[in-house]
Amino acid sequence: MTKDKHGSDGGSLIVRKFLLVASIASFATATLYFAGAFNGDTVTAQRFVDLQQGDKPHLGFRRAHAKGMCVSGHFESTGELASYSTAAIFAQGHTEFLGRFSIAGNNPTAPDLKAPVRSFAFVVNPATSQEWRVAMNTPPVMAVATPDAFFQQLQALSPDPITKQRDPEKIKAFFKAHPESKAFNDWKAAYVPTNSFAAERYHSINAFYLHNEQGEKQAVRWQAVPHDDYRELAELDKTSADALQKQLAQQLKSQSVKFDLLFTLANNSDDENNPTIPWPMTRKTVNAGTLVITDWRPQAQGKCGEQNFDPLVLPAGMSATADPILRARGAAYAQSYRRRATEKLLYGQSTNSQGEPNVSN
Amino acid sequence: MSVTKGYSAVSRTLHWTMALLLISMLFLGLSMVQSLAVWQVEAVALHKSFGFLALVLVIIRLINKALSTKPELPNELPAIQRLAASVIHCGLYIAMLLMPLSGWLMQNADGRVVHVFGLFTVPNLVEADIKYFALFRELHGIIAWLFLAMIFMHISAALYHGLIKQDGVMSAMLTGKK
Repeated sequence: MTKDKHGSDGGSLIVRKFLLVASIASFATATLYFAGAFNGDTVTAQRFVDLQQGDKPHLGFRRAHAKGMCVSGHFESTGELASYSTAAIFAQGHTEFLGRFSIAGNNPTAPDLKAPVRSFAFVVNPATSQEWRVAMNTPPVMAVATPDAFFQQLQALSPDPITKQRDPEKIKAFFKAHPESKAFNDWKAAYVPTNSFAAERYHSINAFYLHNEQGEKQAVRWQAVPHDDYRELAELDKTSADALQKQLAQQLKSQSVKFDLLFTLANNSDDENNPTIPWPMTRKTVNAGTLVITDWRPQAQGKCGEQNFDPLVLPAGMSATADPILRARGAAYAQSYRRRATEKLLYGQSTNSQGEPNVSN
Repeated sequence: MSVTKGYSAVSRTLHWTMALLLISMLFLGLSMVQSLAVWQVEAVALHKSFGFLALVLVIIRLINKALSTKPELPNELPAIQRLAASVIHCGLYIAMLLMPLSGWLMQNADGRVVHVFGLFTVPNLVEADIKYFALFRELHGIIAWLFLAMIFMHISAALYHGLIKQDGVMSAMLTGKK
């Protein structure tokens, strides 16, 4: 391509000038292309998190499930899942975990009992190749199967910016256009919120693969199933905005709170890549062990507040399925985490519990 | 006419291998932080593995650079262009070092270990800390854009020498001859 002055033919100057301009313009265009300048309406992680945070972000808080509390304890493995996965946590024994109960929404001071979804996240073996981050919600399935449709669902559910009211027509139209949301809506219609974070069932929603010593893989979903042998459930102060947090703190004063981690094994007729379809109740289940929660902290003081519970951080012995929703979670969680991390670095203590700048600063 | 030869075969191989690797990494990085596509998970894993490879390569390259003589720029080149060339070259080396280092550090600050091609993990350099994460994450992004701007200038200048001036500066890296 290049001929220098020793070459017999350097091409005419005009051609060479054109080549120069074309080459550097191509590089600049490629850069803009990969930076998303020509993305148009593509739903990106940034647009997703923009929608989640609304027009007035709560600085320093995660953009979804902003309100929560830290818990800690240990996982007592039964060892029963060890033949399906080489992950260290499933070998018989104890593993410490850091957890977080939260409610859906971007408001870090929202009333606990108004939230439609409750969540339980935890992390074990942090900063090792056996690290596992888990983010579970009360619904067992997603309403839709792709990030684009999920984005439209959030748009349909978002309150009007002026009236602050949801538009029932918009919501109806969305679900009508997405018949795959039937299982989710059936669950929603039947779901009765309990009086405690400790009494809910939390689901992995997406499916994952377990890998064993023999190199075999098994698609699974799991759920955290609450023990119901509490001497008594602490009372719920329904007038408090922090009703669920106070109730759990009270409960932990008298005894630990336990969940079994129950894995459901898919068979060949189940589509592990579609999170809208429940798997039949007849599928084999394996009780991997018990999560024993012994302590709690407010999220501002506990380590869980700074934790990114990205469910794609999986230990050796587990991997992600091709479920498009699952695979979109990493980039979206990273974007939310980056925003609040940078806000913490820049504004630090100069924001209040709502994530608004303090007037005095 | 300069008597100094062009770059050695080792230098040229390192230059073009890293050019291909680093431009791919920068473009992949820009798109994967936005993408919600199913390939994003593997893309991030590859980005980390190749990032470690890029760090190894730049260290080898700096050693090679210290051990070899650099071809002279043409005598007629104005002082200001010589200065610009050395500033950009220096900036490119700094970016080559800081990109993988900030990436490694931001992963550790988010409490994640860096896996390299599923073969081994590299040691954690810092404890998990959200403010350190913010610092290294933003640095990783800012340096990426500075890096791209410097690569743009570097390519522009090289092509200007190669296509317009035809003074042997570009062929020193292309063919090793001047």
